[in-house]
Amino acid sequence: MQLHDVWFAVIAVLWTGYFFLEGFDFGVGVLTRLLARDRGERRVLINTIGPVWDGNEVWLISAAGATFAAFPDWYATLFSGFYLPLLLILVCLIVRGVAFEYRAKRPETSWQNRWEAAVFVTSLLPAFLWGLVFANITWGVPIGSDKNYTGTLGDLLGPYALLGGLVTLVLFTFHGSVFTALKTTGDIRARARRLATLLGVASAVLTGLFLVLAQRHTGGTASLVTLVAALVALPVAVLANTAGREGWAFAFSGVTIAATVATLFLALFPDVMPSSLDPRWSLTAQDAASNPYTLRIMTWCAAFATPLVLLYQGWTYWVFRKRIGTQHIAGNH
Amino acid sequence: MITALAPETLARWQFGVTTVYHFLFVPLTISLSSLVAGLETAWVRTGKEKYLRATKFWGKLFLINIAMGVVTGILQEFQFGMNWSDYSRFVGDVFGAPLAFEALIAFFFESTFIGLWIFGWDKLPKGIHAACMWVVAVGTVLSAFFILAANSWMQHPVGYRMNPENGRAELTDFMRVLTQNTALAQFAHTLTAAFLTGAAFMVGVAAYHLMRGRHVPVMRSSLRLGLITMVVAGMLTAVTGDRLGKIMYEQQPMKMAAAEALWETQAPAPFSLFAYGDVDEGHNKVAIEVPGLLSFLAHDNFSEAVPGINDTQKALREKYGDTLDIADYRPNIPVAYWSFRWMIGFGMSSLALGAAGLYLTRRRLWLSPRLRTGDDAVPRLALTRDRELGPALTGWYWRLALLTMAFPLIANSWGWIFTETGRQPWVVYGVLPTAAAVSPTVSQGEVLTSMLVFIALYAVLAVIEVKLLAKYIKAGPPELTESDLDPPTRIGGHDHDPDRPMAFSY
Repeated sequence: MQLHDVWFAVIAVLWTGYFFLEGFDFGVGVLTRLLARDRGERRVLINTIGPVWDGNEVWLISAAGATFAAFPDWYATLFSGFYLPLLLILVCLIVRGVAFEYRAKRPETSWQNRWEAAVFVTSLLPAFLWGLVFANITWGVPIGSDKNYTGTLGDLLGPYALLGGLVTLVLFTFHGSVFTALKTTGDIRARARRLATLLGVASAVLTGLFLVLAQRHTGGTASLVTLVAALVALPVAVLANTAGREGWAFAFSGVTIAATVATLFLALFPDVMPSSLDPRWSLTAQDAASNPYTLRIMTWCAAFATPLVLLYQGWTYWVFRKRIGTQHIAGNH
Repeated sequence: MITALAPETLARWQFGVTTVYHFLFVPLTISLSSLVAGLETAWVRTGKEKYLRATKFWGKLFLINIAMGVVTGILQEFQFGMNWSDYSRFVGDVFGAPLAFEALIAFFFESTFIGLWIFGWDKLPKGIHAACMWVVAVGTVLSAFFILAANSWMQHPVGYRMNPENGRAELTDFMRVLTQNTALAQFAHTLTAAFLTGAAFMVGVAAYHLMRGRHVPVMRSSLRLGLITMVVAGMLTAVTGDRLGKIMYEQQPMKMAAAEALWETQAPAPFSLFAYGDVDEGHNKVAIEVPGLLSFLAHDNFSEAVPGINDTQKALREKYGDTLDIADYRPNIPVAYWSFRWMIGFGMSSLALGAAGLYLTRRRLWLSPRLRTGDDAVPRLALTRDRELGPALTGWYWRLALLTMAFPLIANSWGWIFTETGRQPWVVYGVLPTAAAVSPTVSQGEVLTSMLVFIALYAVLAVIEVKLLAKYIKAGPPELTESDLDPPTRIGGHDHDPDRPMAFSY
């Protein structure tokens, strides 16, 4: 295994970390409209992710930064080619961060209403758009001989891409409702559990279809294994949730996300951006990679930093392990 | 196509606008995190309530600010790929590494521990809680270091080689990229300027309250902390700026010549105070100068020659003319000239105001006992040992101090505008022209869309942010609650009342 293969795996791990973590906080954002009945409940939801959403988002920054450093061509083609979807994601992430921090900083109802609407919209759109982006990457997009994207915005909105968007949206919302059941107490916890069952079934259908198509398109043995893992983990998560084993349910909805991302990356390999025009124009991990010296330095950095990050982020989750309910929110107005 | 709306022009404007905007929040984040951590540590060690109230007050302003800094930072990382994809392809091997280091090492620290700090008041013992802010502070400094190393490589590329097969720059010596003199000098200059910025902010806000005689114990301590930081950081900013100028003169002579509108080589070279000239003709019509000072800025002596714009242009044409198709190696001269002056002018005025404040509010030194004030009284501004400033002048000092809050922010912005536009027409000096760096397939419509979206969004957010800051500045430090005075003694918080509301919630 060569260094650029290792780095392909590292990038996959970083995206997996991002979708596992921000997946549930996007989901919780969606639930502020889908599950919460009033402002008090919305605040409970927002506060379950309050201490952690920012740290979760850094997984995205790391994934993008590591792609830039390890696969400059991949980064360049992807970000310039998927210009408008990424622009929309950026706008959402900017507004979303501000919405969390500023929502409670003024007592006026209109002020709080607006930021709460923002939390919902800016969680929903990226949850959809990331699926769209990754479906397009795995399926292949028009890339010319000069490594640049030659298509239009319309080329990014094909049926498979839209299915991909729907998959991540529903799967993240499922993951978020399982997380809510794990982190809250009282009525909202019971309703989150019921909703999770529904979302879990919908996710199973959508994710199954999406991954089987990917497998038939460019899959191999390895991606078949992770596909099966995803499709086994999802029902287990649903069952554990119904049985009231919320910790297990969350672990397995997480495994589903990880196995889904792994399936996509394995189906993608050894390409990083396949061209739908001509396979010779596809960007491969080998061609798109930085030189071995850069990759070696990056390996040292990742080997040192990632375990440390997992350690202190894990500690954060432990510090905030207590469940919260409406009674824990001061001055619920 | 209209040149003003060419993708390259738009991409440059977008980079300039979004980066200057982002950098309004960055220096405040860097400095206020340390200052807040210092105040909280003072509380942990002395148990004095005024320090806890100060921590809560400045902490809240810090959080309003960092929220904007964090979100506008995401855009910076995406922007290279979106608008500058040929740049990214060409330099990703070198430039990407410090960016990835920044994310993996610095951003994770900042973002994780800021969450712990915000929500941790009733979950963490106070020592650990204060330590979280220190970790945030370390994260911001590390982040600044990596990103400045990356920028320094654009100013002065080292530790790389050109790969003739794929025509891109490849890293050969990462330690050199991190420790070259440009990176260290830029890091020192930016860091000290950041502390000048945060300190001026603190002094301005404290002056606002002291002028009205409100929240005196907290604001008096804050004023003192702010003034001392302001003077120390301001002096260091000047020293590090001088150092950086000398390095810049060696590495980018055109930038220095443009900063001075020095058209012809001169020995000794004068420092220009005011100039108005004709860029096409290549000379100044009006010039007011201090003889020999530019020679000193470049060489540490008052007589040596400094090459002018016209000679440097000739030299660069000879050097790169065979390989590159660049007609003009001059940056925008008026922008370089004036931005350099605004940077120094606003930066040094804030230092002067800080020094005046530190002197006027001194506590014992050369001060008659009747002018000394206790911790609960507004400091009296003493001009000499026995003489106080009159009420009108005292009022003006406080008002001026409030105004000075903005000075370092203006100086920082002009500093970046100077160093980035002064490097033109290069994006990587001597290696990659800016015109060759833009995304070739991104359309004019796309860049225009994103430009308009970000300008509109940033304008709205700026209004919201400033109003919110003003609201919380005016409100002053909060009264302490029972739970503030009863911090947990173990991690995870007290157990005695499971339904107790969280100390902080969104």
